[in-house]
Amino acid sequence: MSRLKNRFEELAKSGRKALIPFITAGDPNPDFTVPMLHALVESGADVIELGVPFSDPMADGPVIQRASERALEHHMGLSKVLKLVAEFRKTDQLTPVVLMGYLNPIEIMGYEAFANAAQRAEVDGVLTVDLPPEEAEECVALLKARDISPIFLLAPNSPPERIRKMDAVGSGYLYYVSLKGVTGAGHLDTEDVKRKLLEIRENSNLPIGVGFGVKDAETAKTLSAIADGVVVGSAFIRKIEENLDNPENAKAEIIALTKSMRQAMDS
Amino acid sequence: MYNMPDEKGHFGPYGGIFVAETLMPAITELNVAYQRYMKDPEFLAELDEDLKHYVGRPSPLYHAERWSKELGGAQIYLKREDLNHTGAHKVNNTVGQALLAKRMGKTRIIAETGAGQHGVATATVAARLGLECVVYMGAVDVERQSLNVYRMKLLGATVIPVESGSRTLKDALNEAMRDWVTNIDDTFYIIGTVAGPHPYPAMVRDFQTIIGREAKQQCQEMTGRLPDALVACVGGGSNAIGLFHPFIDDSSVKIFGVEAAGDGIETGRHSAPLCAGRPGVLHGNRTYLMSDDDGEIIETHSISAGLDYPGVGPEHSWLKDIGRVDYVNITDNEALEGFHALTKLEGIIPALESSHAMAYVMKLAPTMNSSETIIVNLSGRGDKDMHTMAEREGIKI
Ligand SMILES: Cc1ncc(COP(=O)(O)O)c(C=O)c1O
Repeated sequence: MSRLKNRFEELAKSGRKALIPFITAGDPNPDFTVPMLHALVESGADVIELGVPFSDPMADGPVIQRASERALEHHMGLSKVLKLVAEFRKTDQLTPVVLMGYLNPIEIMGYEAFANAAQRAEVDGVLTVDLPPEEAEECVALLKARDISPIFLLAPNSPPERIRKMDAVGSGYLYYVSLKGVTGAGHLDTEDVKRKLLEIRENSNLPIGVGFGVKDAETAKTLSAIADGVVVGSAFIRKIEENLDNPENAKAEIIALTKSMRQAMDS
Repeated sequence: MYNMPDEKGHFGPYGGIFVAETLMPAITELNVAYQRYMKDPEFLAELDEDLKHYVGRPSPLYHAERWSKELGGAQIYLKREDLNHTGAHKVNNTVGQALLAKRMGKTRIIAETGAGQHGVATATVAARLGLECVVYMGAVDVERQSLNVYRMKLLGATVIPVESGSRTLKDALNEAMRDWVTNIDDTFYIIGTVAGPHPYPAMVRDFQTIIGREAKQQCQEMTGRLPDALVACVGGGSNAIGLFHPFIDDSSVKIFGVEAAGDGIETGRHSAPLCAGRPGVLHGNRTYLMSDDDGEIIETHSISAGLDYPGVGPEHSWLKDIGRVDYVNITDNEALEGFHALTKLEGIIPALESSHAMAYVMKLAPTMNSSETIIVNLSGRGDKDMHTMAEREGIKI
């Protein structure tokens, strides 16, 4: 059984919600990433979303854009990201890792070569921002054949038939983008999210992670009352950006934020 | 008969819709409106009126006799898109998309621009229709096309310099997409070339084919037959597809698309994805791109801001693969020769983008005989490039 499925079932049994941090691989440098991932798990993360840097991150706000730029200065491309996942797996066999990025690096590697490499690195899910289900048939089949979950986004303006489509092609969980905009933008309206999650649940039994705009423990707590998982990205990456001269500080601050979110979500 | 794309927006393996989920409803809405209005006689009549009285169409087909004689080969005919209102072919498309935006009840227009021609053409139609207009432009381009930045501001547009990535056209497109995702309800994104997710490549083409339809008729009237060759520069590829498309089924007509070779293809400093790139996905479609082995997009180089783009419209990728169009390339220095030739011999100052097409004509025409004809798309005028030219030649203005 897949790690993702396992993890969400365990959480459901214990009545807890998934805390899903996102960081960009290789930011601020390649040596930072794997120890950071282990520290996230120790501080209460249930699933890891690992950003694959891309030169043209169209759906991301300035914070994650700059993270990509920093990582690309170290040439942190897709094949190197897969190596980091393999390294993480050496000492963590349980925490699901989801790659999140854009399609072109996968196109250039080739779908089948990518699916094989992701399987070898023991990746659990792949979320490709600019690959909607209509264009995803080939890629999804290759991933599913290797027990890797293709994870799809839903937006506030996604109609019910679209939710059902994502439910049919996706697996692992659905990622609900809580606002119209790019990552790190504005404030999400929890009432709006609540209403939309009800609609999503009417059309899908997959767990739902909510992300885009979760900045603090309080929002994480509010969302964990209605969603199955809370995704936090820009808030962590901002810590990295604020401590570029001292990555260890960044790590300490990210650990503290993770712990406070975990605590708030469990209380 | 050539009939592309399919209903999902595919030109063979190219094109399609590769966007984040938030954009899907907007793209569906746009596609429905586009399918509907392109068949609506009232919409088409209004578009025709605007093209005639506001843009100044039809644009002339001009026989460049002196230049033809000088080159000693084929007869060269210039399709004078430089004479359009705002000085380039870009306005054919912005007039069309703005009418569509109005029909769809959108109140805010956004656009990306490289050379600034598309930004100016967008700001122009937005001013006329009283729509709010925001133009994204790479910070590098803001600098090298400052005249157009000023024009856009005069027209009431807000110009936002984009500081991310390579700070050129591709980054402006990224930023416009981000704006669109954020303001999806009231905003219409006018893409300036035949790129982007479906239906943009088909829609922009349909607005630009007026170039080729006119040229075909004008050529018949002036020479009694079809041309032997077509030449146009290819950035995203909108002026080129506009000229080429009505001739695709005319197999006697040879077609040449001219990419920017910058410092030369062999230097790697160029903007020629069809000549030296590989297929990938960027900005909502699958097409030839300039990307490295990791799939990261490579920085491009061209003397002309309007050709400085790492991708190309997906239909061109298809036309390359099926061998219907020959894609060739012209360096910065060669383009400058084309620029000067047309200026000195015909009294017409071409845009640096168009100068690439002119430079290829200088290679092609001498290989043909004097009873044959070439139509070359003079996609825009060179006023905007005076600063770049003067700087290049060490002159202060
Ligand atoms: C005069 C002119 N020609 C050509 C281009 C290139 O665009 P496209 O390839 O879409 O025609 C531009 C773009 O700014 C332009 O201003």
